[in-house]
Order: sequence, then C-alpha cells, then structure tokens
Amino acid sequence: MNPAVTKIFSIAKTGSRYVRPTFQLGNQRFLGSPPKDGYIYVNDKEPSMDLNAITDRAAQTIFLTELVRGFGVTLAHIFKEPATINYPFEKGPLSPRFRGEHALRRYPSGEERCIACKLCEAICPAQAITIEAEERADGSRRTTRYDIDMTKCIYCGFCQEACPVDAIVEGPNFEFSTETHEELLYNKEKLLNNGDKWESEIAANIHADHLYR
Amino acid sequence: MYFKDLYMMFLSSLLLMICVLVGVAFLTLLERKVLGYIQIRKGPNKVGLIGLIQPFSDAIKLFTKEQNYPLMSNFNLYYFSPVLNFFLSLFLWMCMPFITVNLNFNLSVLFFLSVSSLGVYTIMLAGWSSNSNYALLGSLRSVAQTISYEVSMALILLSFLILILSVNLLDFIKYQENVWFLFFMLPLVFMWVVTSLAETNRTPFDFAEGESELVSGFNVEYSSGSFAMIFLAEYSSILFMSMICCLLFLGSNLFSLFFFLKLVFVSFFWIWVRGTLPRFRYDKLMYLAWKIYLPVSLNCLYFFFSIKLFIFIFFL
Repeated sequence: MNPAVTKIFSIAKTGSRYVRPTFQLGNQRFLGSPPKDGYIYVNDKEPSMDLNAITDRAAQTIFLTELVRGFGVTLAHIFKEPATINYPFEKGPLSPRFRGEHALRRYPSGEERCIACKLCEAICPAQAITIEAEERADGSRRTTRYDIDMTKCIYCGFCQEACPVDAIVEGPNFEFSTETHEELLYNKEKLLNNGDKWESEIAANIHADHLYR
Repeated sequence: MYFKDLYMMFLSSLLLMICVLVGVAFLTLLERKVLGYIQIRKGPNKVGLIGLIQPFSDAIKLFTKEQNYPLMSNFNLYYFSPVLNFFLSLFLWMCMPFITVNLNFNLSVLFFLSVSSLGVYTIMLAGWSSNSNYALLGSLRSVAQTISYEVSMALILLSFLILILSVNLLDFIKYQENVWFLFFMLPLVFMWVVTSLAETNRTPFDFAEGESELVSGFNVEYSSGSFAMIFLAEYSSILFMSMICCLLFLGSNLFSLFFFLKLVFVSFFWIWVRGTLPRFRYDKLMYLAWKIYLPVSLNCLYFFFSIKLFIFIFFL
C-alpha cells in the first residue's frame, strides 16, 4: 500500500476528526460572508422542467425507486447484528459519575465520615434528606438520624457535591427496586450498610474522577 | 347423512377457526420479531424457546386483566362491538376455499366484500359507544378511510372478476395455472396491495390508530378481553387479506404447500411495510383514494372489460 492510501485509510479509521474541519471551513466561509444579493434561498428549489429532468422524475416514480430503496434498507437491517444488551445477564458500561443508590461511607478505621453538617439536607432540592445530630460520648459531632426518602430523591447528586467529607455519595447501584414504598425510606443503618457493601466500587469511582473535582 | 354433513361442517369450521387463531397468535409474534430486527433489536426472546410462546403468555395476560369500562359509555354497544368485530373477522374466513369443501359457495368473493364492509360498523360503534373524544375521532377516521378504500377495492376486484367471469375464489386457481395475475395486471396488483393495507388500517395508513394524536384511536377505552378481541380481529383480517392476495394474483394452488409459503411471505410483507414506511398524511390518503385510485381502477375496469368483450366477439 502506498503512503497516500494508508494516510486516507488511517483518517477514515480514526473518525472524521481530521476531515471535518475543512468541510466546516467551507460551510462557514459560505455562511459567514453573505452573498452579494443579501440572502440565501433555503427553501426547496422549483423542480427543473426540462424534458430530461421530467423523464428522470417520471422514471423514478414509475419504478418506485424510493419505496424499493426504503424496503431494501429495512430488509438489510433485519440481517444486522441486534444492538440489544441482554439486560439481567449483560450490563452496559457505567460512568464513574453515575448517580445511583445513596450510601454513607466510613473512614478506613471504621469511623463514619458524616459529621452532621447538614449541608446535604440544606441543598437537597427535593428535601428528601432528614438529619438529626447530637454530641457523642467521646465529644465528636455525629448524626443520630440520617434518613433519605428515595422516592422523593431526584438523583441530582447535589448532596455528594455538598458533602465536605465525601460521606454521602451516590454509588453505582441502580437495581434497588422494592415492592413497597416503605422499603425505599432509607435510614442511617441502611445507608451505612450500602456504604460498606459498595465501598470498593465507590472508592474506585471517586479515584477515577478525582482529577475533575 | 344430512346430520353427518352438518357435523362435518361444524367440525371443519371449528378447526379452521382454531388454526386461524393460532396463526394470528404467531403472526403477532412474527410482527414483533421482524419489527425488532428491523430496528436492530431482538424482539421477544425470553418466554419459551427464543420467545416462541410469547403470544400465549400475552393472551393469558390480556384475558386475566381487569375489564373496566367508561362510566358514561353505552354499555351494551361498548361491550358487544368488539365481540361482533371478532366474530365478523372469523366469519370472513368461512369463504376460504377449504380442502374439505367446508362452505365453498359460488359467491365467495361477494361474501368477502360484504362481510369485510360489515366490519366497519363494529369499529364505528366501538368508537362511538366508548364516549371518548379520541375514540370517536379514531373511529370516524377509520370509517371514512375504510369506506373510501372499499370503493376502489371493489372496483379493482371487479377487474379480476371480469377476467375470470366468476365470483368464486376457487376459480382464481383455474385461471392462474399458466401465468400469475401478478404479471398480467401489475399496476392493479400494486393498487390492490395499497388498498388492502388501507382496508386493514395498516401502517402507512393507520390513521385510525394515530397514536401521536389520538392515543390509540377507536380502541383507547378498551382493556383486557375486549381489547384482545379487537386486536385478534385486526390481525386475522391481515392474515385473510394476505391470503386473498395470494389467491388473487400469486398463482395460488390453494391445495399446495407452496401456497402457504407465499401466504407467509405476503404476511411478512405486511410487517415489512410497517417497519419501513412512515404514516401518510390524512388529506393525501383521501386524495389518493378518490382522485387517483378511483379513476385509475375504473379505467382498468373498462380496459379489462373491453378485452374480455373483444375476446368474446372475435375469438369465441
């Protein structure tokens, strides 16, 4: 293969990133400086009425070329590989920023991170979070109650953005449907359990995203 | 002797109905599968082996659901129009030339025309009696469309009938032994296909459904069993139309396996059309029926009539 062909091939392989700017330049030049008569005609042009064009259109109509092409496209699609993901058995990729089920995290020592600053409660637009706090026996400030109504939550992720100690996070889990409403009223115990259960994934996600925060 | 005949008739009709219903069930599955693959997805593939018993689970689901009815509806009409619809679409099959000569009568084409036009009433009543704007609009559209296309459908059919000089569906077999009517009257065949698509309220012409503006058309208020009946009626009329297509112009020896392969192909074509074409525009639909198809089919009728006359005068 000669170098020019390889070059074209490599451009095609990596996508049209290298090709597109020239097209765009052409367009922008055209649009940026209006033509001399002041406007660009954007409506459908009147069909040409010379015999050649008329015959051509008539042939297109008589042989139903548009229909036939359409049917060809759909028939070809039948034999394409379906894009289906067999959901319960296969799952699609999740971004590290995915905002799923909430969890309360702990420090490696086992101490819970939440210091009951109530920033999450304050910022929550759906007012889904309820926090009560008291001084603990060792003098540190901790929550006595941390409830999230998961049916109110809109999964905006403001709570994890507000949290100064990365205590409340939205983990990667999205499969927590229940049969009753009550089961979705999470308390502190459930949230901490979630944190313990998903800690490795949550930590990996936070690590993957820490440069951007 | 007489009793035995009646008994056999009853039995074969029952058999026909069961076969039609099973066929309809698998037609719905075929439709969902084909539409799925056209849209690069898989369609139902979990129930049973590759989704083969999906239609039965659908049927069980539909019939065990709660049947609710609108408070202000005209209950008797509301309740019985789907039943009548379903009954008519099964009754239509009685004119199918059966291998045991079930009810093969000489006027089967007329029977087909009249019963299929009766079906309009049930749709109209279903839409009207459910006392809902959407249902009423859907049924009005459906009635207007079906009646308009019935005119040109009858005229197209008349050209065929003049060629074979009979109104018996079985006679189409005799006259197509050497050459299919598909090749003999191609433009009419195209028109027939389009007309029967419109007759069965299928996709390029499914204004009766019009889910983007009418939710679901004339059957919005129906649930559970009555919805299932409307659904079954619709698909059995699709199946019947495909069969009529095979008989009319696909060189149909009804008593061969090949006929049924063609039938499968034509019903596949029905689904294929649904997967391909977007919805038409309503005024265009009406123009198509009255301003294009009516004159063209009338002219074709004159043409074939004069051919027949010519042959009779000069060759026979």
